[in-house]
Amino acid sequence: MSQRLVVHDPRGYPPKIAGKRIADRLSGLEGKVVYLVDCLFDNSEIFIEQLRQWFAEHMPAVITRVIKPRESWVDDPEMRARIEADGDAAILGVGL
Amino acid sequence: MPTIAVHTHVFARLVKSVTHVSGMPTARQAFVPQPIVGRTPAELRAYIEGIDPVHKRPFIQVMMEGLTNPLNAEDLKGMTFDRSTPRLLEPDTEENLQQLFMNNNWTDFLPVVLPTEERVAQMLKGTSHAPDEIVGRLRPTVYREWWEFTVEKVAVNAVMAGARPEYLPVILAQAASGMTARSSSTTSFATVSIVNGPIRNELKMNSGIGAMGPYNHANATIGRAFCLLSQNLQGGSVPNETYMGSQGNAYSYSATYAENEEQSPWEPFHVQKGHQSGESVVTTFLGGWYTHSGYGPRQYWEETFARALTAVDVFSEPILILDPLSAREFVARGFDNKQKLSEWFARHARMTAKEYWDNQSVQTIFRPRAVSGIEPWATRLKAAPDELIEIFRPEDISIVVIGGGTQAGWKMVSGMLRENSIVSIDKWR
Repeated sequence: MSQRLVVHDPRGYPPKIAGKRIADRLSGLEGKVVYLVDCLFDNSEIFIEQLRQWFAEHMPAVITRVIKPRESWVDDPEMRARIEADGDAAILGVGL
Repeated sequence: MPTIAVHTHVFARLVKSVTHVSGMPTARQAFVPQPIVGRTPAELRAYIEGIDPVHKRPFIQVMMEGLTNPLNAEDLKGMTFDRSTPRLLEPDTEENLQQLFMNNNWTDFLPVVLPTEERVAQMLKGTSHAPDEIVGRLRPTVYREWWEFTVEKVAVNAVMAGARPEYLPVILAQAASGMTARSSSTTSFATVSIVNGPIRNELKMNSGIGAMGPYNHANATIGRAFCLLSQNLQGGSVPNETYMGSQGNAYSYSATYAENEEQSPWEPFHVQKGHQSGESVVTTFLGGWYTHSGYGPRQYWEETFARALTAVDVFSEPILILDPLSAREFVARGFDNKQKLSEWFARHARMTAKEYWDNQSVQTIFRPRAVSGIEPWATRLKAAPDELIEIFRPEDISIVVIGGGTQAGWKMVSGMLRENSIVSIDKWR
């Protein structure tokens, strides 16, 4: 019978994860301000513009506003504050 | 505020993993096909009007439902959980444990030395620091959670890599840098480390013939230890979840090198950065994205090097790694210090503004900074499309001498120097 070894676990220590409740949803988008957040990936600007045009053509009662963070992959508290101040919902996009 | 995030479909598993560890496993997501880059407005409109390839329903429908469907009980509770990792694993045979380590993605798929209590205790003799001292934190990317680790955990991974106790201070310094050698960047970045100071010779590291190849125990196992500890101490490096490098990178097996200070005509890299020559330090560079090699300088060296510099990926600046023979040829041409050479390279690494801004990472990372007025990118953005611009600053170009003098060769290896990435090894003795 092979010898049984006791070895160390090689993994580090993960943080405790605190659950966060997601925000209530809207009953509908008509008349609401929806921010379209361009996350600054290459070509996402064009995707977001197409999304804006889609809303304009198909759901004109939705008020869309395009907004960008100051830098890629860096939190922009000012941008978030602006969205929270006068927005009703946000769509963030898009990756590679 | 209700939100929904749009991703491309190849990131579906990663997104699920990130929302899970963020405590919001039901955060709303919608997916479009990959890629976004290079698609025309019409093609992107087709994505919007097409099918979400993950949910198999119209993209617009998924998006609308994500913003308007009422929350359910699972949404309301979020997910709080605690993951603990044990100090020791259940006893088992060597064969089974090797298989367990491989199955759990704790290896680089080469055999490891199993970290028994005796081996780890022996490894810990390589440092005066207490086993339970916190060394630092690592994570594969900015949007993942930090994992913490102790001296003992670093020693465990050092054992697995086959390192010797006397190497441990170097490995601890790498771990303390906060720079992972297992970045999850789609660009497949590795981390290249350069060791300077007396410890190179104390450990008999090779900075001469074959220094960047598999010809030295210290080079090989220190580099491997840094890679293994990065994946294990940061919470993994698993394709599709915590690793998204599209092509992967050979530097991710082992990439720790020593500068050949004795054969270099210039001051060592760490002295150039303000350290004393008698200090031992390790510098970690996020890079290894490209390697470009050549000979010289010879008669037409200016054309050769200018062309080579503009052929590298402009987002990721180069470490210029010169054989001692190559370095001396530059001295013969009047470059009596590294700074002068970095300045020459920066002046001659030029391309048209339109070509520079056509780079995907430059567009994604640098353009927003340029628009915000941050230099040097703001000035580069003001240039006319056909205007030649300098693509690197002198301080971006690091110069290191490595090699055995059998040929006047050089390499340009991508290597970005980040804040706090030069770490004292002596502190970890």
